[in-house]
Amino acid sequence: MLPSVLEASALVGTREITFAEALNEAMAVCLEADPTVYLMGLGVPDPKGVFGTTLGLQEKFGVRRVMDMPTSENAMTGVAVGSALVGMRPVLTHQRLDFALLSLDQIVNQAAKWHYMFGGKTKLPLVIRMIVGRGWGQGPQHSQSLQAWFAHIPGLKVVMPATPYDAKGLLIGGIEDDNPVIFLEHRWLHGIKGAVPKGHYAVPLGRARIARPGRDVTIVASSYMTLEALRAADMLAEGGIEAEVVDLRSLRPLDEELVLHSVRRTGRLVVADTGWKSAGVSAEIVALVTEAAFHDLKAPPARIALPDCPTPTTPALADHYYPRAIDIAAAARQQLGLGRDSLGALESRPRHLDVPDPAFTGPF
Amino acid sequence: MAVRLLASMMRIRAVEERIAELYTEQEMRCPVHLCIGQEGIAAGVCAALSRDDAVVSGHRSHGHYLAKGGDLKTMFAELYGKATGCSGGKGGSMHLVDLESGFLGATPIVGSTIAIGVGAAFAFALRGEPRVAVAFFGEGATEEGVFSESLNFAALQKLPVIFVCENNLYSVYSPLSVRQPQGRSVTGIAASHGIESRQGDGNDACQVYEYAAKAVAKARAGEGPAFLEFSTYRWREHCGPFYDNDLGYRTPAEFERWRAECPIERLSARLLACRQATGAQIAAIKRAIDHDIAEAVAFAKASPFPRSEKLMEHVYAA
Repeated sequence: MLPSVLEASALVGTREITFAEALNEAMAVCLEADPTVYLMGLGVPDPKGVFGTTLGLQEKFGVRRVMDMPTSENAMTGVAVGSALVGMRPVLTHQRLDFALLSLDQIVNQAAKWHYMFGGKTKLPLVIRMIVGRGWGQGPQHSQSLQAWFAHIPGLKVVMPATPYDAKGLLIGGIEDDNPVIFLEHRWLHGIKGAVPKGHYAVPLGRARIARPGRDVTIVASSYMTLEALRAADMLAEGGIEAEVVDLRSLRPLDEELVLHSVRRTGRLVVADTGWKSAGVSAEIVALVTEAAFHDLKAPPARIALPDCPTPTTPALADHYYPRAIDIAAAARQQLGLGRDSLGALESRPRHLDVPDPAFTGPF
Repeated sequence: MAVRLLASMMRIRAVEERIAELYTEQEMRCPVHLCIGQEGIAAGVCAALSRDDAVVSGHRSHGHYLAKGGDLKTMFAELYGKATGCSGGKGGSMHLVDLESGFLGATPIVGSTIAIGVGAAFAFALRGEPRVAVAFFGEGATEEGVFSESLNFAALQKLPVIFVCENNLYSVYSPLSVRQPQGRSVTGIAASHGIESRQGDGNDACQVYEYAAKAVAKARAGEGPAFLEFSTYRWREHCGPFYDNDLGYRTPAEFERWRAECPIERLSARLLACRQATGAQIAAIKRAIDHDIAEAVAFAKASPFPRSEKLMEHVYAA
C-alpha cells in the first residue's frame, strides 16, 4: 500500500475541521513552537481574519507576531525577505493571488535566487500564502490561478493542498522549510471539512498522494480540481471504470515518480488543473508522462483546464469557463473508447458554477 | 578617523583601478559597475557602522562591500568566476556577499534591496537587538515604487534603518532632468514620510561620516530611520572599465568640475595641510593596499573554477 493511502486510513476517528481552521491551527502550532515565526498581511488581524484562517491569532500571539501591513505588496515582500535573511520565518498572506503580482520582483528576482546566487551562504525561509478566488463574479483580477508561473522558477517551492489534512501539514512543512514556499489556497476549499490531527505534523513538500486508487485511468489533479476529479471518479465508477486520482499537493518539487508509477499501471492520463491550459501545469504533466512513459500510454493524454481567456465576471459566461467533474469523466471515458452519454444523468449540476455549494452566497 | 576614511577610500579606488586594468584581459567575465569618484559615501557611512550592522546594496556595490569589511580575496575570486569567490562564482560583481562582515548582499534590480534592508532592520527591531541596517542606492532608485513603500513602512515602525542615496545625477545615461521634476528634492520625498532627512557633500568623506554617525546613533537608540542624500559623480562609464565622456550624454566641463572634487585628493590635501598625516604615511597606506590587491588577484587567478556538479547545487537549501 502506498504511504499516502496509509496516511488517510490513519485518520479514521480523528475530529473533522475545515480547511480554513486547519490553516489556522498550522500557524498557531508554528507560532507556538518557534519565536522567529511571524505572520504579516493586509487584513491578517482584521475581524474576518482572511476567511477565518488567521482569526484569534493576534489575540493569542500579540501584535508583534501577527500583524497587519501597509498596502505595499512589493516592499513588504522585500521586508519579509530581509527579515528571513537575518533569521526570521515570515508568513506573508495575500487575500488574492492577483495582488501578489505586485511583488514579483521580490519573489522571482530576490527570494527565489538568494540561496543560489550567493553560493549557498544565505537561507531564505519564507511562506507566501496566496488565495485563488473563484465565483460570485471574482472576474479577471480576483481569480487567477498562476501556479505554473511560480512553478517555473527554480528556487521556489509551490504547494497547492486539496484537503484540510494537507492544508495543515503542508503549511507547517512550508513554514519549517528553509526555502521560499508559495502556498496556494483555492477559495472554494476554505469551507470544506476533513479529518485533521491535533498538534504538530508536517506533510513533506514534493510528495503527491493517491487520493483514490484505481486501475483504468489516472486523473492527476491538484487543489480544488482534486475534488472535481474525485467526483469524476464516482461518475466513472457508475460505468464500471476505476479511476485513480493523484493529488499532486506540490507542483515544485513535483512528485514525478508517483505520477509515472500510476500512469504506467493504468496506461491512461487525464490532467485536471485550476489554471489555464496553454503553457500550464497540465502541459507539464503531460510532457513528463509522454517523455518518460510514452510506451505505457494506451491513449493520447487529455488536459482539463481553463480556456485561454481571462475570467469572465458574469455567471452566464463563468458557467462555460470552469471545467467540472463531467468534463474530466468524459475525457477519461473517451480514452477508453466510450462516449459521454451515460454521464448526463449522473451530473448534479448546480444552477450556476460560480458558487461551490448553496451555502456560499458571496460576495468574496 | 579621518586617516581611516582616507585609507578606506584609497583601498576602494585602488581595487577598482586594478579591476579596470585587468578587465581588458577578458578574464573577468561579468558586468562591472565601478564607483571610482564616489568612494567618499561608502567609506564615510560604513565607518559609522559596527560589524554586526547590516548593509545591502545595488549594482554599484564594490565600495560598499569593501568599506563594510568585505574580504578582498573572495571578491576578486568572485569577479573571476572562481569557486573560491564570495558567491562561489554564481554571483559575480553584481552579487557580492560577506555575512561575516555584515554585508548582507547586493543585487542589481534598481531599488529592490531597499526593502530587504528595511526587512533586516525590522527583524532587529522585532528581536530587540541594537543593530542597524543600511540600504545604499542611487537616485534612480528613488523613482521606484519600492522606495516609497519602504520609506512608509520604516517610518511607520520607526525602524533602525539608514537610507543612503548616492546621487550621481545619471541613471545609466539618463540625466535627472528627464526623470524627476525640477525643484523637488529626493530628501523632500523622505521628509514627507516624517523621516529625518539630510543632504550632504558625498565627496567629503568626513561630512558623510558625521551625518551617518548621528543617524546611526539615533537609529540604534530606537529613534527611527534616517534618509541621507549625498551628491557625487561617477567618473567611469556606467558599466565597464572605461571612460564614456565621448558618448556626449554629459559635458567635459561637468566631468572636469567633478574630477576636481575628488574625495581622496580633497581629504589627503586637508590631512597634509593640517598635519594630521604625512606623505610617507599615505604612501605606506598605498603600499599596503597594493600588496593586498596583488595577493588577492593572484589568489583569484590561481583559484579553480567551480566544477560542473556545482551547477545544480544550492538551488534549494537542504
